[in-house]
Amino acid sequence: MTTLINVPLTLDDKTFEQVLDQLAPLPADEKIIVDARHTRWASPYGLTALLTLAQSRPDRPGFYPPEAEKTGSYWARTNFYKHAEELYEFHGKAQRSPPHRESDVLLEITPIVQSADVHGVVERIQKKAQEILVGELNLESKATMRFTMALSEACQNIIEHAGCGGWVAVQTYTWQQRLNGRRVVVIAVCDAGVGFRQSLESSPARRLRDRWNDAIALEDAVLNGVSRFPDKGRGQGFAGMRKFVGHWDGKLSVRSGTARIVASVPDWDPDETAREEGLAPFPGAQLQITIPQRVA
Amino acid sequence: MVNHIDLSSVLKRSVCALYSNLVTRPTGAAVRNEIELQLGQLGPKALTIIDFSHVGALDFSCADEIVAKLLLSSIANPERQDVYFVFRGMTDSHLDAIETVLERHGLCLVYDRGADGVRLFGDIDPAGREAWEAVFNSGGGAPDEIAAAVGIPCDEASKLLEDLRHRRLLMRTEEGYVAVRPVS
Repeated sequence: MTTLINVPLTLDDKTFEQVLDQLAPLPADEKIIVDARHTRWASPYGLTALLTLAQSRPDRPGFYPPEAEKTGSYWARTNFYKHAEELYEFHGKAQRSPPHRESDVLLEITPIVQSADVHGVVERIQKKAQEILVGELNLESKATMRFTMALSEACQNIIEHAGCGGWVAVQTYTWQQRLNGRRVVVIAVCDAGVGFRQSLESSPARRLRDRWNDAIALEDAVLNGVSRFPDKGRGQGFAGMRKFVGHWDGKLSVRSGTARIVASVPDWDPDETAREEGLAPFPGAQLQITIPQRVA
Repeated sequence: MVNHIDLSSVLKRSVCALYSNLVTRPTGAAVRNEIELQLGQLGPKALTIIDFSHVGALDFSCADEIVAKLLLSSIANPERQDVYFVFRGMTDSHLDAIETVLERHGLCLVYDRGADGVRLFGDIDPAGREAWEAVFNSGGGAPDEIAAAVGIPCDEASKLLEDLRHRRLLMRTEEGYVAVRPVS
């Protein structure tokens, strides 16, 4: 039997939960078709999470691409189809050839498998990041290097901890639902690996506790700098990301297993919650950094 | 002996000629290994200038692998009791990453700011900083001279100075202590 999984009209870190809620009751080996025909917009998190979803299934899922030409064209510009074709069995025609014009895609969806991929990402993004962060988001010039550092650390988590490859994408867009239509830059890093809980459980030095679950594992790693490695120098990446995000009034959210935490909830997102538990299970780790345009 | 290490050149030589950013832990480890090889050829007494001038981004992993582990291995290695470092050419974002890892490990380094002078950077308490600055500004001296300059008892000064020497921030000579500083 094949189950149709509906992708919402707007796909981002929040609405992706609707996709996972549909998957949760299904057996792991259930054949699925992911139906994005009616989807009109997707954030970098939404697109990388769709790739991760396919990675997490034992059988190659089917995929209906968006019907709207504009949406399909945008997904093509992000390189979504290029990677999705290796993971999904396509049904229907996708917009394949990206039009040549200036794009708000700061970094196309890029696989992260080894350290050289992180170097590639950092080398490629620097010039454009300067233009976007300073020119569009009104951040100070020094934000560019710190943005690069945060991106590098986020990508390295895949290599160091996931146990399999993942994806990164960076995009700017105008956020109509929040921030009164201010511009934002969003980094999404998703993998379908072992996740934070299993990663920390692999540490011989792990303290046994009465309570242990995905949310506690996330808090340990993201908020308290705990790492599976005994080396004292490990576990600094998230501290650096939190510092960068906090300085520029941004948001860092991380989902793993059945939990999601937000490192510090910004004032501009009052509906956000610091910690969610009991979510539909999903392997690996999914991270998002959002930096808003600065206003005087 | 004074040795100058341009980190950007080491990166290109030891990892990839196309790279200009010090990112990822394996890259940091490769760069540090190359530096360690150079240090091994210098002999037991050496001052090495570590130059970040041509480095693009520096992330926390690389800062930990290069700066923190280089200092830690020198402090832990009795054969390197007289191996010292001065760091220069860092941008604000480099300093962000370096400061974080130094504080994590309780380390401090000598930072050459060019025209803005030389100072300690990292995890150092006010008494240690004051003692180091007294040695630096005076050009060096015996513990009793430094004690008088700082206004603390001699045994306290001796303890402070020996701690700074152990952290490779001061050198010990027959006359007393001199500050690690860039040599032109």
